[in-house]
Amino acid sequence: MQAATKIARRDATAASGDPVAILELKGDISSASKEGMLQAYHAAGPVKKVLLDFSGVDYINSSGIAIIIQMLIEERKAGHRTIGIFGLTPHFKKVFTMVGVAKYATISPDEASALAEM
Amino acid sequence: MKNGSSVEVRLPSELGFEKIAMSTAAGMASLMGFSEDRIEDLKTAVAEACINAIEHGNKFDDRLDVGVILSSNDDELEVKVIDDGGGLHSTPASPNIDRKIAGEEDPRGMGMFLIQSLVDEAEWHKGPPGKSFVRLVIRLAKENS
Repeated sequence: MQAATKIARRDATAASGDPVAILELKGDISSASKEGMLQAYHAAGPVKKVLLDFSGVDYINSSGIAIIIQMLIEERKAGHRTIGIFGLTPHFKKVFTMVGVAKYATISPDEASALAEM
Repeated sequence: MKNGSSVEVRLPSELGFEKIAMSTAAGMASLMGFSEDRIEDLKTAVAEACINAIEHGNKFDDRLDVGVILSSNDDELEVKVIDDGGGLHSTPASPNIDRKIAGEEDPRGMGMFLIQSLVDEAEWHKGPPGKSFVRLVIRLAKENS
C-alpha cells in the first residue's frame, strides 16, 4: 500500500564546471523506495556530483531518510562523489538536520543555489 | 470544537496506512488552531508511531489493527497509537550520524528519536493485557511561547 517514488535523471553543470547528475524524486519516499532510489543513484554514472531534488516529494519517513544515509555511507566508502540536497520543505530541512544528514550533505533551498555551492 | 472531542481510527497493519493517521491528526490539530509547522511536527511523529506499531508491535500481521485515538483536552492534543505487541524493552539510544556513516550503526532506527524530538510529550506504555501504546501530546501553549 506504500505509494511509489518516481525518479527521473537530468544533467546540469555546477558553478565549478563539473557535470552534475540531478535525481528528481517525486511522490513518497519510504522503505518501498530503497531499491529504485539506490539503483538510480548507482546508475548516475561516473559523475562526481549528485543532487537530490526533493521539490516533488510529498512524504518521507525515517525509512526514507535511511536510504539517503545509505547513499552517504556509499559515498563515504568510495570517496568519489559529493551529494547535495535541495527542494526540502522547511519541516523536512529541520528533520534532516535533526538526524544529522546535514552534516554529510549540503542542503540548499533550490537548484540554482545547490549548483552554485557545488 | 468542543473540549474533550475524540476521534478514533483503526489502521490495517500494513505500511502506507500511517498516512491516514497523519491526515486525521493534521485535521484535528488544524481544528484546534495549531500552526502549520506544529502540524507538520505532529504528522511526522504520528507517522513514525504508526510505522513502529505496524512493524514492531503487530509485525505486519494482517489480522491485527493499529488503533489511533486523538483527543482534545483544554489546550493539548493527545494521540494514542495502540498495537498488539509487548511494548518496548528499553529505549534505544539517540541516532548517531557519525556512527551510521562509519557503518557502526544501522542506517535506520530514527523513528523514536524523531517522535521524542517533535512533540511535547512522548511516553511508551505496556498494557492493557496483550497491548501496548505510545502516547503523544502537543500543546497549544507552546505556540505562543
